Amino acid sequence: MKYGAALIATVFALLLWQAVVLLTGLPRFILPGPAVVAEAWWSNRAVIAEHTLVTALEVLIGLLLGAALGVVTAIQLATSRLARVLVQPMLVFTQALPVFALAPILTLWMGYGLWSKVAMAVLIIYFPVTSAFFDGLMRTPRGYLDLAQTMQAGKRSVLWHIRVPAALPSLASGLRLAAVYAPIGAVIGEWVGASRGLGYLMLLANGRAKTDLMFAAMLTLGVFSVLLHLAVRRATMRMAGEH
Amino acid sequence: MDSAPEITFDGRADVDGAALFAPLALRLEAGQWTCLLGGSGVGKSTILRLIAGLETGVRFSGRIAASDGAPVARRVAYMAQDDLLLPWASVERNIGLGARLRGERQDRARLMDLLDRVRLREHLGKRPAELSGGQRQRVALARTLMEDKPVILLDEPFSALDARTRADMQDLAAELLSGRTVLLVTHDPAEAARLGHAINVMTPAGLTQVSPPDAPAPRHVDDPETLGAQGALMRLLRAEAA
Repeated sequence: MKYGAALIATVFALLLWQAVVLLTGLPRFILPGPAVVAEAWWSNRAVIAEHTLVTALEVLIGLLLGAALGVVTAIQLATSRLARVLVQPMLVFTQALPVFALAPILTLWMGYGLWSKVAMAVLIIYFPVTSAFFDGLMRTPRGYLDLAQTMQAGKRSVLWHIRVPAALPSLASGLRLAAVYAPIGAVIGEWVGASRGLGYLMLLANGRAKTDLMFAAMLTLGVFSVLLHLAVRRATMRMAGEH
Repeated sequence: MDSAPEITFDGRADVDGAALFAPLALRLEAGQWTCLLGGSGVGKSTILRLIAGLETGVRFSGRIAASDGAPVARRVAYMAQDDLLLPWASVERNIGLGARLRGERQDRARLMDLLDRVRLREHLGKRPAELSGGQRQRVALARTLMEDKPVILLDEPFSALDARTRADMQDLAAELLSGRTVLLVTHDPAEAARLGHAINVMTPAGLTQVSPPDAPAPRHVDDPETLGAQGALMRLLRAEAA
């Protein structure tokens, strides 16, 4: 049923797109129709696949590193008042900085290769993961903590046996958000300076007025992002307490 | 379990300079059920939490002592209205929570025996969400017993249950907790009349000792004297509220 609805929505969007192209009569280098884009996608499939692989790798490494960093930071913040005083304002400030502005500096520091894009993805997901998990860790139901106290539990053991498991649903929502943001970070990195990846391919196609190829690359990125989101959603179902 | 001590509570509590309750003295007889009956907000849960050594947000001046002179807070097991079962852990792991938190070895034979006594052996692998309210509260009771502490603090543990399940739980708790020093905080006169070896009514004016019915606890739900006591307790609560 869910898939049926998604299929209907997709067909509807394609029809709408085609209708706009027909009604406005825009030339194909401004707005190519779905059939033209599909054709460009098929004839460039090898190139698109190659660049998709690069972007996917950046996103996945970024997601793993960013999630790990976020988890460690959240636990540090939740267990240490000093960490909260020193690190929390910094965390909020980095979130206030537009990541776009950092991209050129990261490229300057880390070069045109994979790692400046990974760093972008990490930066963009670090805050949502950290803050979701941290909030969860700080909102342990009072009753559990009371119970643990009457059982003479130590701080560490309360953390591992109660606070962390109770916060896993929050971590799951942070990770799901991260799955949506990570591709954005990687693509921004590629726009600023890269020789591979879907973001690079989009810029390249745009510069040569190959609008159909640009659309093909963009839609590929969209499909990849949706699949990633669904995969992370599935992977975090147990964590979120959904069965 | 070491032998159950008598507990005396003597003191007053203030919130932001205003008295939550005036100086009062409460005695929990060794190995007996003491019921603390009162309406919401009179501070009866605060007394229980003070005895348990839990955070209360009040300033307490006075003393809480055991007849054997040993510290009290380390020798209590606590059970609340909310069963406080960890939703991600099985029945078995919930009952064994204390040992796991302290990094001790699990006494599995004892755990299995308790599962039998609360009639939950066939549910040991289930999550709390798969159980009924009464079953969940039985798991909480088993977890409390697993701690094997001489002093048991019950904060309205049965008040969220339906009437029949509540009566069943009262019988089961009375049976399994016998011989321990129990403080039962409740707002239900019927519960106090059924279970208390001693009954204290707490109102803003202070504590009133009421002598319990003669029948041994847990008393029958339809025992005339118990029903009479229930009515008298209710009258006392209402008079104080007026």
